[in-house]
Amino acid sequence: MKANYGYMDGSGEYYITIDTDHCNDCTDHPRVGACPVGMFEIIVDDYDDEVAAIKEENRKKVKYDCAPCKPVTGRPPLPCVEACPADAISHSW
Amino acid sequence: MTTAGIDLGAKFVKVLFLKDDEVLARTQERAGFEPVEAAKRAFAAALSESGLTENDLDAIFATGAGRQVSPFTKDSVTEVGAAARGTIHLYPSVRTVIDVGGEEGRAVKCGETGKVEDFAVNEQCAAGARSFTESIARALEVPLEEFGKLSLKSEKSIPMNAQCAVFAESEVVSPVHAKTPKEDISRAVHDAIASRIISMVRRVGINNEVALVGGVAYNPGFVDALERGMETKVIVPEHPEYVGALGAALTARERSK
Ligand code: SF4
Repeated sequence: MKANYGYMDGSGEYYITIDTDHCNDCTDHPRVGACPVGMFEIIVDDYDDEVAAIKEENRKKVKYDCAPCKPVTGRPPLPCVEACPADAISHSW
Repeated sequence: MTTAGIDLGAKFVKVLFLKDDEVLARTQERAGFEPVEAAKRAFAAALSESGLTENDLDAIFATGAGRQVSPFTKDSVTEVGAAARGTIHLYPSVRTVIDVGGEEGRAVKCGETGKVEDFAVNEQCAAGARSFTESIARALEVPLEEFGKLSLKSEKSIPMNAQCAVFAESEVVSPVHAKTPKEDISRAVHDAIASRIISMVRRVGINNEVALVGGVAYNPGFVDALERGMETKVIVPEHPEYVGALGAALTARERSK
């Protein structure tokens, strides 16, 4: 299941997508701790699977919360994307 | 088996009782500052409407933004899961569900059992069309029930940002000063809200038949904007605001078997 958290505003589309089908195979969920803002959490979804999700308090402001990881020039690899061994996370911007 | 679904939304609490496939009661209360009290009132009203007692209910599930604080319930289902489950029960061929509430919106791609395959959620301010349209209708001194219909009279698209419910009234200052007809302003507002919802729908894909649920589905201006923006017909159920509660009642039944 692809879970998209975010929004569109006047300046663009800001979504973080988590492919939660990979989360079940993952035991230690390393990206949860990799995010300096602590945006990720592990939840039990409606189908009793342990999956990663963006915390509710961050969903409305991902553009701003992720800004420190996304300098205008010379953007380094994103810590959350790097930390996930299954390539399950992507950003739309 | 008789089950209940309690949907604690941002603006309204909805309660639905289900016996087999027959709906025995549908009640709602404005959530206000005390959603738990509102849920208790809506639940009591549902008991009196159905003639049941609490002991007659085999399982009660909650859903909605306030599902964690719901009284009477032991378990819950997410808004995404409940919207999908309720919609597929009503329209088995639907594969894309759009749920727009008071202050949030979501788009869900689901399979034939109502299992969620992909979803997108937008809980940002004014993502739900109701708060925003309420503010603009007030600013234009048009009753909310008329505001949606008004936009159907317009044939002109004018751009509007429509991002923030708090600043909604300032959004209409320029068009009002420019003597823009109210119907064109109404269409612009609905188009702007629909475009943000459509951005979510495109993330999950527009698959087979599309249904719109949530209280905002009563707004014909929003339905029209959505259909124009997606270039596809949208199915609106008879009681769109109760689909989440229906999904919760169905989930309660399935998990109690
Ligand atoms: S880009 Fe940085 S702040 Fe944003 S989710 Fe990834 S690690 Fe966290």
